[in-house]
Amino acid sequence: VTDKPEDKKPEPAKVPEPVAAAPAPAAAAPAAAPKVVPPKYIPPVPVLNYKNGRLIEDRFTTWPTERFANRWSKPGFQWGAAMLVAIFGGLAITGIVVGEIALWANKFYALLVGFGAAKGFSPLAAEFIWVAIKVLIVLNIVLINGLWSIWWERKISAHIQSRVGPTYAGSPKGWNFHGWAQTAIDGIKLLLKEDITPAAADKWVHALAPGLVVAPCIIAFAPVLFGDNMAAASLDIGTLYIFAFAGISVIGIVMAGWASGNKYSLLGGLRGAAQIVSYELPRGFSVVPILMFAGSLDLQVISNAQAGYWHGIIPRWFIFYPVVGQIAFVIFLIASVAETNRTPFDIPEAESELVSGFHTEYSGMKWSIFFLAEYAYVLLGSFLLATFFLGGGSSPVNAVPFTLIPSWMWMLGKAMLMMFVFLWVRWTLPRFRVDQLMDFTWKFLLPWSFVNIAIAGLYLAFWLN
Amino acid sequence: MSNATQELKTDQLFINLGPQHPSTHGVLRIGLTIEGEVIVKAIPDIGYLHRGTEKLAEVRNYHHCVVLTDRWDYVSAMPNNLVFCLAAEKLMGVKATPRADALRVIMCEMNRVASHLLFFGTYGIDLGAYTPFLYAFREREMVLDLFEMICGARLTYNYIRLGGVMVDAGPDWLKRTLEFVEYFKPRLDEYDTLLTYNPIFMARTKEVGIVTATEAVDWALSGPNLRGSGVDHDVRKADPYSGYENYDFDVPLGKTGSCWDRYFCRVQEMRQSIRIIEQAIAKLPAGPFMASGVAKIPKPAPGESYAHVEGSRGDLGIYLASDGGISPYRMHVHAPSFINLAMLQEKLEGMKVSDVIALLGSIDIVLGEVDR
Repeated sequence: VTDKPEDKKPEPAKVPEPVAAAPAPAAAAPAAAPKVVPPKYIPPVPVLNYKNGRLIEDRFTTWPTERFANRWSKPGFQWGAAMLVAIFGGLAITGIVVGEIALWANKFYALLVGFGAAKGFSPLAAEFIWVAIKVLIVLNIVLINGLWSIWWERKISAHIQSRVGPTYAGSPKGWNFHGWAQTAIDGIKLLLKEDITPAAADKWVHALAPGLVVAPCIIAFAPVLFGDNMAAASLDIGTLYIFAFAGISVIGIVMAGWASGNKYSLLGGLRGAAQIVSYELPRGFSVVPILMFAGSLDLQVISNAQAGYWHGIIPRWFIFYPVVGQIAFVIFLIASVAETNRTPFDIPEAESELVSGFHTEYSGMKWSIFFLAEYAYVLLGSFLLATFFLGGGSSPVNAVPFTLIPSWMWMLGKAMLMMFVFLWVRWTLPRFRVDQLMDFTWKFLLPWSFVNIAIAGLYLAFWLN
Repeated sequence: MSNATQELKTDQLFINLGPQHPSTHGVLRIGLTIEGEVIVKAIPDIGYLHRGTEKLAEVRNYHHCVVLTDRWDYVSAMPNNLVFCLAAEKLMGVKATPRADALRVIMCEMNRVASHLLFFGTYGIDLGAYTPFLYAFREREMVLDLFEMICGARLTYNYIRLGGVMVDAGPDWLKRTLEFVEYFKPRLDEYDTLLTYNPIFMARTKEVGIVTATEAVDWALSGPNLRGSGVDHDVRKADPYSGYENYDFDVPLGKTGSCWDRYFCRVQEMRQSIRIIEQAIAKLPAGPFMASGVAKIPKPAPGESYAHVEGSRGDLGIYLASDGGISPYRMHVHAPSFINLAMLQEKLEGMKVSDVIALLGSIDIVLGEVDR
């Protein structure tokens, strides 16, 4: 990067001429005593280092912050902006061209069943292949989300903290757009790292714990709605199913803490158990008003219940239901952040207290699986927030170009917005203390979610219907 | 403790917090005996960074001793240089020139800003907020750049010398310092919105580690730790040196003596330091920056002297005894970090594990000064 202003360079060191000028012996001096005064060297007064010939460095000519003052003049910045516009514009255009993926998927399914019938396979075989495809898609969404959201978090945290984040990873030939390959390369590094099991650890439980953290999360993605009619499994108890499976991960955390044979890990595991079990309650109860309004646990029904606009302008999303919607949204958001063990609630990890909490003794791929689970939970929480409160796949503006954009794009956009909130919160707030955390959920979030349910009941009795 | 805790008595667990732990700020070890999350007993253990500088001073001449002082409190080395020079100058009967005095004040106050910025950043990290750290380091970097400009070093300056300072500050440096001052003032308000008045931060620190004024005086705390408890004592006001009596500044005081008050005192002190720097630059006297008549190898007459300054961490003092030789007969450091740390053992009992970090961070120790 050669963005150092050349014109501001300090002037070359100007060493004052050594005062060799001992007064020249005047011609009028008596020749009898030619006593020559030896020239006395007076060293230059060191005023500033770069004038003294030492430490001539460009970085003293500008403050560190000035380098980013005129960012629009940089070609790299313009390129980045153009690429961002191209990405978002391109996504919108492909969305409009491709339209609803669910329709195409239905056609493909019909083709598959027809092919099976023509070849004389049992209908179960076509069903099996179809389910396998859906499982693979969901699994890959979780994995790719790990790549994407870690990179995104690094960039967001960097810009929040007045840094720039990854910039080099990618290619040696300059295709390193904002270090896009950073997570992939980190993943390769983690795969190649030594997998250490401490001598004091319980080997089997230690090895099993990461799997038990990440597996329920992937399973919980089954009924998650990625757009209208776009869920791997359309369950009529979808909400309950997700909460049930998301609650299992805590066993993995406790196992990891206990099996590591480390006191810090043990404390972290216990803290994690207490925290996640406590925050399950307000998280579940905050959604109850939504379930009451929608009248179903099925995510698709909940999403459909938010279609339409009040007075043709305000979307009928649950977050816009006065008082109830906002309280439920805030409680659900807070509890979701707590479920993912991220910063205001990262008590199980608590780097400054418990070194790394329950995953202190994990390394290599096992360690990264904990992170995969964390980001998978962030994604899950984001999609749930989008489905429950932000109208699922419906457009926020009741006007033509927006309503044309298919539901899966709106869903993705809303989920990414919520994910940004997750990342934003993490890099802004300090951490709670354990007892404050418990007070917060039991004395504040839980009572208010009960109050919220009561108000929702009043709405149902007097306003809606 | 409630009844529930007494009934649910669990086994006690012994944890070594340190010497290698993310937030003990160096190599402090605290042996914690905990019951669940509550601390039953805490034993701070120091000495991992002992380098014997006080003994080393006995075999070096007075000019060389200044180098040793940089290594005590390496986060703010200028006051260390200053206090040794003041003590040695008393012994030698030398007086620094007015310009040197003003430069010393500027350097010490800038170093106080740098040191408190480090505290601000690491205290945020201790309590789980990562962002303040990088904000603080962005500004600290500028102070260190200024130091590097003037004396070539970023950590161990060796800038304040017997009888004056190493080099003069030119107009360019002074201009740049004023630029920094202007840049820094609004940043302090930014810090307040980011961390100081954050509800979670206040909940973590307001009721924690309360040291009453009596306790603070009994433990001989000094610096922001003392003033956080509401005791108005600042060496710059109580026993002015290097012309501090000429500058107009306030001594920020805390109210309750909690961790938040100590933190708040430090953040406010940065504002006052900025005020002092501005005044000192505005009326920087002309003249030589080094007193004449400082011997190359000073041999002060037998005697003893004591000088103390308000360092970044408190009342930093030096006792020097001379037997007429070229090196001090004895040097002793009255190190504020060491004395402030002494309250840890008593205060920690009954606290939560998370509060250990909050309290330890708010005392703001530097292990180089504790162990020397």
